[in-house]
Amino acid sequence: MGAWQSYRMRLRRKRARIRAFRKHFSLRPVADRTDLIRQGDVLLFATLRDEHVRLPYFLRYYRDLGISHFLIVDNDSNDGGADYLARQPDVSLWSTRASYKHARFGVDWLNWLQGRHAHGHWTLVVDPDEFFVYPFCDTRPIRALTDWLDTSRIRSFGAMLLDMYPKGPIDAVAYRAGQDPMEIAAWFDSGNYTIERNRLYGNLWIQGGPRARVFFPDAPKKAPALNKTPLVKWDRRYAYDSSTHMLLPRGLNLTYDAWGGEKTSGVLLHAKFLDTFTAKAEEELTRGQHYSASVEYKAYAGIAAQTPDLWCKWSEKYINWRQLEILGLMSKGNWA
Amino acid sequence: MSVGIIMLVHTAFGRAEQVARHWAASGCPLVIHVDRAVPRATYDAFVQALSDVPHLRFAPRHRCEWGTWGLVAATQGAAEIMLRTFRDVRHVYLASGSCLPLRPLQELVDYLDARPRTDFIESATIAEVPWTIGGLDQERFTLRFPFSWRRQRYLFDAYVALQRRVGVRRRIPDGLVPHMGSQWWCLTRQTLSAILDDPNRRAHDRYFKAVWIPDESYFQTLARRYSRRIESRSLTLSKFDYQGKPHIFYDDHLQLLRRSDCFVARKIWPFADRLYEAFLTDQAGAMKRTEPDPAKIDRIFAKAVERRRRGRSGLYMQSRFPGEGHGGGLTCAPYSVFEGFGDLFENFEAWLARTCGMRVHGHLFAPDRAAFSDGRSVISGALSDSAALRDYNKRAFLTNLIWNTRGERQGFQLGPGDHIEDVEWDIAKDPNAQISVISGAWAVPLFRSNADFGDIRRAAARLQRIESRHLDVLRSQWARARVRIWTMAEVIEAPMEPLQTLLDEIGRQGPQTLAEAPRMADLTGFGQFLQNLRNQGMHPYLMGDFPVDEAPRNLPRDGRKPYLVRPE
Repeated sequence: MGAWQSYRMRLRRKRARIRAFRKHFSLRPVADRTDLIRQGDVLLFATLRDEHVRLPYFLRYYRDLGISHFLIVDNDSNDGGADYLARQPDVSLWSTRASYKHARFGVDWLNWLQGRHAHGHWTLVVDPDEFFVYPFCDTRPIRALTDWLDTSRIRSFGAMLLDMYPKGPIDAVAYRAGQDPMEIAAWFDSGNYTIERNRLYGNLWIQGGPRARVFFPDAPKKAPALNKTPLVKWDRRYAYDSSTHMLLPRGLNLTYDAWGGEKTSGVLLHAKFLDTFTAKAEEELTRGQHYSASVEYKAYAGIAAQTPDLWCKWSEKYINWRQLEILGLMSKGNWA
Repeated sequence: MSVGIIMLVHTAFGRAEQVARHWAASGCPLVIHVDRAVPRATYDAFVQALSDVPHLRFAPRHRCEWGTWGLVAATQGAAEIMLRTFRDVRHVYLASGSCLPLRPLQELVDYLDARPRTDFIESATIAEVPWTIGGLDQERFTLRFPFSWRRQRYLFDAYVALQRRVGVRRRIPDGLVPHMGSQWWCLTRQTLSAILDDPNRRAHDRYFKAVWIPDESYFQTLARRYSRRIESRSLTLSKFDYQGKPHIFYDDHLQLLRRSDCFVARKIWPFADRLYEAFLTDQAGAMKRTEPDPAKIDRIFAKAVERRRRGRSGLYMQSRFPGEGHGGGLTCAPYSVFEGFGDLFENFEAWLARTCGMRVHGHLFAPDRAAFSDGRSVISGALSDSAALRDYNKRAFLTNLIWNTRGERQGFQLGPGDHIEDVEWDIAKDPNAQISVISGAWAVPLFRSNADFGDIRRAAARLQRIESRHLDVLRSQWARARVRIWTMAEVIEAPMEPLQTLLDEIGRQGPQTLAEAPRMADLTGFGQFLQNLRNQGMHPYLMGDFPVDEAPRNLPRDGRKPYLVRPE
């Protein structure tokens, strides 16, 4: 990497920090409990809109993993989710009516909050439909992972997005609040992912899965990116550049081994395809607030008429993290 | 009590206190050293918390940074107190605050009582054990290391490089043969006091202060000088990863530790409540329920190191993405590629699948779709037959296919009519690929087609150009695949030879001789067909020599009946 390129990246990172500063004026604190944050706490950051039905299970799942505090930006919800969150003892809530798209899909808001509250903490940035799975997550709390990463001097931890879907039409089974979404969306694609290395940022660009297979069989380039680096030992100089797909400085993106070994990695189970998806898709089509002009929702709407079924005979049913590790979707690396 | 414990503590004081009380409850004298980097208040609270424990002393504090002399100085200080204060002590056991005693202390005492003159210290010469963390072995002892490896890496590396350039070599003090090993030992009073009271101790200390990671070599080297009986192993179970960091034990290792048969394990995650509970409250019960199987721990941690260093060959995923030429072959298992066989033999795919019990696909890289076996549109791993998805990343398509179907050998057809650009190189360079080619066989479908001759001529020219370039790839010096190429004429001359060869390589189910052979396409007039191409100015040469005016020699005169290859 030349000095010029490094300088460009530095400018980019500064710009992201400045954007975060500019956009933070639209955030209004609703419940600020950040004084409860203690040294060594693992913090979770999320942006959401109208996700009330998902919240009870979401909070329970991450509390069980050992998340100490949730810092959440509510983007103009109308379903009572904000009130629900404001009542939780371990949630700090901000609200904004500003454009999700203009805040680069929430990244600017979260970059700001992370810079303010997460310096020196391990932070997990996820959406309300993403469930973090890491090696030994059924027996070891997240603190065990972050302690190990600390002793190994690793600053960032990769977890690819794994799209989960139900068998049969997406809206056939209604999701109830508090239910484990993987009871319904229990299936995933195990071996149809493609990977490219981004030479500038150093991160891997992963595509594939059911969305590429069903929504984009003729335009694979448009299929959404699945690579994510959600768990980072945050420093106020860091910035997410594009969702949680890319980080700056670039060294944080090197969550893979390029010499044949396997680094430790996890998976974000993406329970997007529940019955709530249909309504979301319709709404997003009119709002146009999602990535790349909501191309994904358009593709979905295009085939929605044909009662889409993401399931196929070769779909795998989710069991646990060990299954994902055997299939080669994640790795224990040298954490044993 | 004949065993005294030295504990080095720098963090997790709650756990250290718990373990110290556990040792003390069995009547063991203790000397505890607390890192000087620990704040005064924390230290005082810790001392206060343990003030009611008898036979416990605190050693003068040193700064204990990893790989520095401070650790040795701390141990020396603590050992002096131990030997001076507790005269009954015969063995001194060096442990850390994150060690956990697995077996009742009485068992350790009995064990050591039975071996009163034995020193347990892992101690190997560098010549024999290549401990090359950081790329330094012999040089640990012959260079100087005034800079911290952790905090001043640049200076550390630069100073090492400078000394190498200048050619500085320290002299190793007389009588010392450098040895290294685990820093957790158990030494007898005789050996330990001999080390500490050595008239040359100042010289030794001065020397080791500038050695790198002296805590792994000071006692290990000097014990060799004084001990009468060394067992070169540590009584502390401690596993190291590929960077030389100790592996950490968690609650889910409980069964493993129960079967380990070791006296003490390190290092334990401070929040591993179940482990502390199991081994500190009901030790006898914790260990006795299971048969010892210490090798299992070795296997698990050795596998972890192997996974981190080499990984699963042929797997491409978010945390393993080897660049070209790294990480073993392109794919994870052997597979077969057939070129031209499907054109020349009419029922080749079905026949091969029956004979070999392997999965035989059609043209996976065909322009319209990936022709999976049995006409399926999706196969293992939910891999789609969409040509666009496949062509988006053909290499990934291939590696995914082989990875998804591991355990079942795969074979597929390839030809100049397929989308082979790029991927032909990947296949040719892959040692797992076994490629069998009948060159020129693409002419058979043209010959049998009903197209206009002008179109046939153009198609033939195009296919021949592609295949000719493709054969160059297969024959190039970078090709690592097993490649066999026959011309079509050779195959017609002796059809069993290529079939037998490829079956021998794949490994066949059932009897060793062929019971059944595929049917060859009707080639009557093929020679004339080639001549017609020649007459049109397109020279087909990849299929070898065919006589013009008669059917190929082995074919029966009656061209109406298809030719059946018979086993020889």
